[in-house]
Amino acid sequence: MRQLEGGPGARPVATHPALSGLLQLQTGGTYATDAASLLGLLLAGPSAGGAWCGVVGTARLGLEALASAGVRLDRCVLVPDPKESWLEVTAALTDVLGVVAVAPPANGVGERDASRLAARLRDRGAVLLTLGAWPRAEARLRLAETEWIGLGRGHGHLQARRVTVQVHRGTAPARSRRLWFPDLDQQIRPAAERRAEVSRHLRSVG
Amino acid sequence: MPRILVLWAPDWPIVAGSEGVRAGAPVAVLAGGQVLACSQAARVEGVRRGMRRRDAQSRCPELVLREHRPDADARAFEEVLVAIEQVAPGVAPLRPGLCALHVPSRFYGGEVEAGAVLAEHLVRLGVWDVRLGVADDLFTAQQAARQASAQDSLVVPPGGSPAFLRELPVDVLDTGQGGDPELVSLLRRMGLRTLGAFAALSAADVHTRFGTHGALLHRLAGGAGTQPVSRRRVPPELTAALALEPPLDRVDQIAFSLRTTAERLVADLAVRGAVCTTVRIEIDADGQTVALRRWMHPRWFAAPDLLDRVRWQLQAAVIGAPVDAVRFVPEVIEPVGDHAEDLWGGGIDERVERGIARVQGIVGHEAVVQARVQGGRSGRDRHLLVPWGDQPVAARAAEQPWPGVIPPPAPATVFEQPQEAWVVGAEGLPVGVTGRGLVTGEPSRFRPVPDAGWLPVASWAGPWPVDERWWDVASARRIARFQVVGVDGSAWLMIVEDGRWHTEARYD
Repeated sequence: MRQLEGGPGARPVATHPALSGLLQLQTGGTYATDAASLLGLLLAGPSAGGAWCGVVGTARLGLEALASAGVRLDRCVLVPDPKESWLEVTAALTDVLGVVAVAPPANGVGERDASRLAARLRDRGAVLLTLGAWPRAEARLRLAETEWIGLGRGHGHLQARRVTVQVHRGTAPARSRRLWFPDLDQQIRPAAERRAEVSRHLRSVG
Repeated sequence: MPRILVLWAPDWPIVAGSEGVRAGAPVAVLAGGQVLACSQAARVEGVRRGMRRRDAQSRCPELVLREHRPDADARAFEEVLVAIEQVAPGVAPLRPGLCALHVPSRFYGGEVEAGAVLAEHLVRLGVWDVRLGVADDLFTAQQAARQASAQDSLVVPPGGSPAFLRELPVDVLDTGQGGDPELVSLLRRMGLRTLGAFAALSAADVHTRFGTHGALLHRLAGGAGTQPVSRRRVPPELTAALALEPPLDRVDQIAFSLRTTAERLVADLAVRGAVCTTVRIEIDADGQTVALRRWMHPRWFAAPDLLDRVRWQLQAAVIGAPVDAVRFVPEVIEPVGDHAEDLWGGGIDERVERGIARVQGIVGHEAVVQARVQGGRSGRDRHLLVPWGDQPVAARAAEQPWPGVIPPPAPATVFEQPQEAWVVGAEGLPVGVTGRGLVTGEPSRFRPVPDAGWLPVASWAGPWPVDERWWDVASARRIARFQVVGVDGSAWLMIVEDGRWHTEARYD
């Protein structure tokens, strides 16, 4: 059934290793997320594989964070303020770029526009990532249980964080994974599950 | 053998570098902290070539100092070369401020007359101080030009070079092309003080003692130089222009009319094996240039690209009257070989580029940008956005240390404008930062953005004071940065400036 939805030509697209086994991007798919850092993580996979990326509709993405997640900025095109023609611009970019990230405007996107764009994505073999809600997205990603490391009460600075990335597909129960996002060396990698981590701490104390 | 005319504009770095300076003001051009050239007014005050900056300023406090820009000198001299070519073709530029050509004496009825025509032509261009020398060989003509008075020419009669050079001091071999200060110093110590005395030595002896270069200078000193004038070819006229008669006011009509002009320009360049990477487009209305802009291309301009640029320029400019002429002036032309695709394909994928050009057609040239990370202290300062296809402007080096920069991880969301925020302590009083960089109370609740609710603070750090650009009143900033994490796990980068809190970025 999923193969039918993805269309006959759905091919896997390079995905960040931290997400392997949790999510595999496929051409023609739409992936929605609500956190800018997750958008960067999704962009990083194809970008590191040499794909051209486009970012439409937001001037807020931290470029340094994108670069450190692994996005190649020299192969990125940004249209920060497309005004009312954001859908047209997104469609034009999906024609030529492998991956397009879009932040839809506050009033959202219509069902009809979304399904027309989805048909175009399947036709061109592109991937659409959205920062914000999107109707009938292939998968929705969100961050939960964020835990920052390095900051105290009046001392230290942010150094690393542990999060749980949750992937929702349709109405199925969410799949999730604990990630260092990033770890102390600014790398993004899977973290041990919380329980295992706690027990290790206990062992080290005992 | 054709006679040679040398045209010398003294103190050319001063002429080229003193735009915007009051006429007659003392000006000096510095290279490496030393005076390279100075104007007559400065020379009167005692400023000399080779002087240090501080010495020059102490002699003449009102001295206007300019850094030496060799490129600008050459560019300014290019105008002079073009002007000379209108009078006589085949100019050989020797260095900025000095050029040579064969005297067009037959056409103008004599060498003095030809010199007068040239001088008059250059004075009309605004180059007041030109000196001309005419002689059988290049070296003698240069020396003659140095002896001529302003706007005048000194003619050494045919065969008169040895006589003219005889009384000159050997120091003239010191400067200019092929100059040899060591040889000059040695000759002086040997008691040979004039070129005549040097020339009187036997050529074989000079060659034995001073080598090939010495022998060459010996021949020059004897007036027997045979250095040819390598004349440059007049650069081809590539500007493509179209006069619109009757004038048009609709963008699509203008672009359609220009199609053949643009195609002809690209074809003209292709015949010469060249492509244009930077073009200036000038649009005239009512006989005046109303819109002028330089466009750069990530690869090179094809005819449709040129038409796109005209379209964008017309849409961006407010032109009251119908357009009656459009000119394409190619500014940077490069050999097509430099831009050929390598064996495995290269540069920017052509398909990608066409697609992006289409997006630029929808939202405008400036709205499509390419991003880079540059040096700076906070998120927004570290972003460098350049319109797609333009050359990146000078970026601040990101590798250099930026004291006060927030260590990684970098925030994933950086607001275009800092958002208004509120931070209060346990008693509900706003938290501030004292002049000594201390926080007035421990933050306990905060509101990071106007459309968020109040949130208890889980952890925080700061203040990290930054006193940026205090030497410049307009851009000086005195701020303190904080990192604040709420109990829900959201992390924020906040600043305090003049007692007011703002949120710069979010770690989400």
